[in-house]
Amino acid sequence: MSVMFVLLPVALLFAGAAVGVFVWAARAGQFDDLETPSVRILHDDD
Amino acid sequence: MPTTEPILAPTTAGAVACAHCGLAVPAAAVDAAAPRQFCCEGCRAVWAILHEHGLERYYALRGGAAPAPAPAADRLYSELDDPGFQGRACRPEPGGLFSTELYLEGVHCGACVWLVEKLPGLVPGVAEARLDLPRSQARVVWDPRTVPLSAIARRLGSLGYTPHPCRGLAAQAARRREDRAMLARIGLAGAVAANVMGIAFALYGGMLDGMEPEFAAFFRWASLLLTVPSLIWGGGVFFRSAWAALSARTLGMDLPISIGLLTGFLHGVVNTVRGSGDVYFDSVAALIFLLLSGRYLQRRQQRAAGDAAELAASLYPTAARLLEDGRVREVPLETLAPGVLVEVRAGDLVPADGVIAAGRSTVDLSLLSGESAPLGVRAGDRVHAGTLNLASRLEVRVERTGLDTRVGRLMALVEEHARRRAPIALLADRISGHFVAAVLTLAAITFALWARIDPSRALDHAAALLIVTCPCALGLATPLAVSAAIGQAARAGFLVKGGDVLEKLTRPGRMWLDKTGTLTEGRATLVRWHGDERVKPLVAAAEAHSSHPLARAFLRALGEPPAGIRVEIMETHGGGIEALADGRRLVVGSPEFVLGRAGESSPALAPALAGAVGALAGEGLTPVLVAVDGRVVAAAGFGDPLRADAGPALDRVRALGWRPGILSGDDARIARAAGERLGLTVPDCRGGVSPEDKLQAVLAGGAEGPVVMVGDGVNDAAALAAATVGIAVAGGAEAALTAADVFVVRPGVGRIAELLEGAGRTMRVVRRNLVFSLAYNVVGVTLAMTGVLNPLVAAILMPLSSLTVILSSYRARTFARADAVEARR
Repeated sequence: MSVMFVLLPVALLFAGAAVGVFVWAARAGQFDDLETPSVRILHDDD
Repeated sequence: MPTTEPILAPTTAGAVACAHCGLAVPAAAVDAAAPRQFCCEGCRAVWAILHEHGLERYYALRGGAAPAPAPAADRLYSELDDPGFQGRACRPEPGGLFSTELYLEGVHCGACVWLVEKLPGLVPGVAEARLDLPRSQARVVWDPRTVPLSAIARRLGSLGYTPHPCRGLAAQAARRREDRAMLARIGLAGAVAANVMGIAFALYGGMLDGMEPEFAAFFRWASLLLTVPSLIWGGGVFFRSAWAALSARTLGMDLPISIGLLTGFLHGVVNTVRGSGDVYFDSVAALIFLLLSGRYLQRRQQRAAGDAAELAASLYPTAARLLEDGRVREVPLETLAPGVLVEVRAGDLVPADGVIAAGRSTVDLSLLSGESAPLGVRAGDRVHAGTLNLASRLEVRVERTGLDTRVGRLMALVEEHARRRAPIALLADRISGHFVAAVLTLAAITFALWARIDPSRALDHAAALLIVTCPCALGLATPLAVSAAIGQAARAGFLVKGGDVLEKLTRPGRMWLDKTGTLTEGRATLVRWHGDERVKPLVAAAEAHSSHPLARAFLRALGEPPAGIRVEIMETHGGGIEALADGRRLVVGSPEFVLGRAGESSPALAPALAGAVGALAGEGLTPVLVAVDGRVVAAAGFGDPLRADAGPALDRVRALGWRPGILSGDDARIARAAGERLGLTVPDCRGGVSPEDKLQAVLAGGAEGPVVMVGDGVNDAAALAAATVGIAVAGGAEAALTAADVFVVRPGVGRIAELLEGAGRTMRVVRRNLVFSLAYNVVGVTLAMTGVLNPLVAAILMPLSSLTVILSSYRARTFARADAVEARR
């Protein structure tokens, strides 16, 4: 069971990385406009 | 490149559809030999642009009709190239490029996104164009060495997307930054809550089956360390706000929240260090996450309404047409200086206070002063900024600009009163004071009781009580109900700018209404006709040649003139029109004009008509005479009639307990006549009031109770800002939009009652939520005082109560959804 002392910190590191990515995305404005990109993806040319 | 659309698309009426906008092509414009038909030159030009650049896919992508191209094809947008404007509204980008935000009219679907983002291919020098569809806002990056911004704006305008510089960009950017920071906090708080909860499950398991002490200690320390960032970064929002409220000697919902969070955390720290007793880190983390989410939802709804009102304000002109050596140059309003000459075309707003140097026209004062009758002006007369030039081109010598104008001084009043408005204690804040007192008392009692029974457990039980009563559901009750209601209100056509507005609207008091444009149509309408009916077609035929507001009112009332009447205009100016219609000499205009020109034969008025003219004046109507071949045959009366829905709307408002009244800049007689028809008493109908008087009336009423002001003009703006709640109706001035708390997207007062009823339903939901969450707290307090509360019970109770409140808020129907398409615009 002492593997817990290693596993938990490792799992939290993963969670921390995910939070870091989310905070970056929110600060970069990725969630500012949730409507237009859904339309833009339909324009299949270029 | 072949296109797929049928060459002669039939419309429902069987007529030919325009190849661009899809509207019916007038029969006269159909060219049977041409492969495609267009309703106007604008549509032909847009089609040609798209075709030339191989962008016909637009027609396949779009769902419905394309925006009709802007009629103002002569708009140069040269004010966008002004260094002053670019300094304010444009930002330098790497590579010598610049970027700016433009608000586009007529943006409505995915095809518009596609077309606008094809701008770099249409205009060389544009590096990038990105359209934000819900905000109708385009970000354009361009190279000023290759192409001026005005050329980009002209191309957008020629495609049918009339561009406007965005107002309030700094405020918008600040709101956006706060929004992003809040979202980042929620992300962190959510991740922490989920992980701490996972660890807590292990601890609960240990509580039931037993756990080795070193694991229990490890899990506690892990939860403690995880909770720290969430408490500091996420919970900091509540601590700061509670501290600010305390410094201002008020109480808010954030105070009990802060007490609960801090107690929960410190209690957990002590027990973790001691290695015994309960820890509530999972409840603390979940609380922070849920409360932040509630705050975020409410802010987002309010921000959407604020953005929409600002975009509507962006539609107001920011350019003036400067006349220099007989040439016109468009310049930003801010750069106008006293002494310069500006051109004001028919249909334009006067940009500054000044004296007319040349020209003769009619101006509409209704937005500035509330007077409904248009005023004739000529060279030498003074005109004010914010009035609308109706009839023909004027040259105006500028005397005062910006803040020195009459409008500018009114706007200073607006700002002053918006700042000074006394805050009103809202239901949740009033409750929170009692709540804090009750919770602290109960905690003290718990401590005292358990100090006698089992002193070692006393502190634990008192702390547990403080934690379990941390008003999670209570803190969510108002924000969730209000944000759900503001969202529904927006779909119903009411843009609500603040969370407290709906609550303020549920305490009935005085409601002052502006008359011109709010209770009435705000434009001249033919309401009386005395005399010969047979001359009506002749009058319509002659008036079709004039752009005077009364001429247009004639046409709306009499309909399009029958074909076949030959009209030869002899003279037309502000006073009236003189024409030969089917060979008969027709004079229509003001009594002075008609009597002066009707002819030598009988300038006098027949007694019956003289009586009619007197009666018209008595009703406050504008009289117009009609003379045929030198004889006056009819008298018409023009006025500004009440909207059809004004009467029923006021009846419903009265039924809700409000006392409506009229504050009008128009003549007192007219205000009283309108009030009588709406069932108002004479003291409730004040006419001839200046903007400052309106403000005084609102301030005086504020001493007795809530005052709601409903208006649309610059003259209402100060009163709107000072009122408990200011409601602006569509079709008014920018000043009214920015000063008001609620913006109704449709003109008129017809839907005011709906707004009040919706606010009432919202507050019932809020109260229901408060009762739910208080009931939960009673259960929690009972468990804590009897000493049976443990972290597991708290972890089940807390989300249950929040879930009840969430469901109760989002299941409630507060505002009936009106026309969804219209509400979005």
